[in-house]
Amino acid sequence: MAILEVQNIEKSFDRTPVLKDISFSLEKGQALAIIGSSGSGKTTLLRCLNFLERPDKGKIIVQGETLFDAQDASSIKEKDIRMKRLHFGMVFQAFHLFPQYTALQNVMLARQLLEKGKPGFKENKKKIYEEIETEAKELLDKMGLSDRMEHYPHQLSGGQQQRVAIARALALKPDILCFDEPTSALDPELTGEVLKVIRSLADQNMTMVIVTHEMAFARDVADQVIFMDSGVIVEQGDAKQVIENPQEERTRQFLSRFSQTV
Amino acid sequence: MSTIMEQMPIVFHALNVGFLQTLKLFFVTLLGAFPLGLIISFGSLSGFRPLRYLTKLIVWIIRGTPLMIQLLIIYYFPGLVLGKTIWSGGEEGRFMAAAVSFIINYSCYFSEIYRGGIQSVPKGQQEAGLVLGMTKRQIFFKVTLLQMIKRIVPPISNEIITLVKDTSLARIIALQEIIWAGQAFLKGSQGISGQIWPLFFTAVYYLVFSGILTLFLGWLERKLEYFK
Repeated sequence: MAILEVQNIEKSFDRTPVLKDISFSLEKGQALAIIGSSGSGKTTLLRCLNFLERPDKGKIIVQGETLFDAQDASSIKEKDIRMKRLHFGMVFQAFHLFPQYTALQNVMLARQLLEKGKPGFKENKKKIYEEIETEAKELLDKMGLSDRMEHYPHQLSGGQQQRVAIARALALKPDILCFDEPTSALDPELTGEVLKVIRSLADQNMTMVIVTHEMAFARDVADQVIFMDSGVIVEQGDAKQVIENPQEERTRQFLSRFSQTV
Repeated sequence: MSTIMEQMPIVFHALNVGFLQTLKLFFVTLLGAFPLGLIISFGSLSGFRPLRYLTKLIVWIIRGTPLMIQLLIIYYFPGLVLGKTIWSGGEEGRFMAAAVSFIINYSCYFSEIYRGGIQSVPKGQQEAGLVLGMTKRQIFFKVTLLQMIKRIVPPISNEIITLVKDTSLARIIALQEIIWAGQAFLKGSQGISGQIWPLFFTAVYYLVFSGILTLFLGWLERKLEYFK
């Protein structure tokens, strides 16, 4: 069974269609890269998965559970949405770390708030907090940031900030981790260190949806690729095949601009 | 006529008593206007149009008319026009009326500063909180609030310093604050009359107090410099 199934998603902003009949599915442990030019709807699609936008039509199904169904109003209650979101993690292009917290606090905050709402928190507060801290430190360690835990975001480089953001998303143990152009705000050197981290997550079979302009990276790391153009999926399939041997004329056109880097 | 040296203990005692009333009005106003301003700013940011327009109307009226007029209306209107006094007699009633006027007036100014502060926090902060499963309440208190406070400290400091001196407007309803206390020696009080220096000297109280506040607010601003 697919871990993620997206069925016939449509979305318009002020009557301008942004997503038209988007369907795809993703197996557990796979990485899906979404490529396409700016304005093709890639980011909107990711935002729909994270409930930052509401699709006008369609369904989102995770592990067989329908999280969102545009026809079923009861599936879009504000309270439930918060818990549904936790199936997904999100890493933004501009990091969006919380500036007033250290790297470590950024990673711990959401977990701490989440645990607070659970029964039995008060009795075990100390133990729970220690656990969260241990796990957060392990995550930052994996991101190669063990010596940056007490730094504030403005004291970190863009690449380091993005790695903190990845650790922050992983701290909630999402089923599917989404990346929205995670390296577009970084210079080539910093891009490398962030891609390395994402690559290692792929090696650990983390299920991921990655919107990216890094074609070589998509080809080597992703299992599947979706090419989008003006709100529709033009081509989808095995990453290597789509990128090296695209079938559609529009895909070929798009990829030819990257021919030097691929 | 006594010498200035003999007048001093009497005058300073009276000025101290008056200044205490000034301080009381100052702190009560801040205590009331800080939270009320936040509520008003939520109103002016509300997605519910009637509430937003009503809030903007109130803010317009309060900011568009002199505080002195507002003081007079709030103090005299219930008794003179409605025929029903709501303020108890004497200094206590005057203080209540002054405090209510000041809180309403300053919360409107604060609300606009808050609104700017809230709107200046990037939307991405809220979205980052949402995708991490936080409630809107948690996002406001744990993420947005401190960033907003950092941004509004300079403009709020300005209002706070203005408030120090605005408290003197309460003189218009005969609140016995420091200006009233100083002026009393011009007209005659406790055997001293025709003396203008006590009134002049009240300026020193304001100056010293706003100096202390400036130091404190500057310290607060530096305290929040640990993040960007």
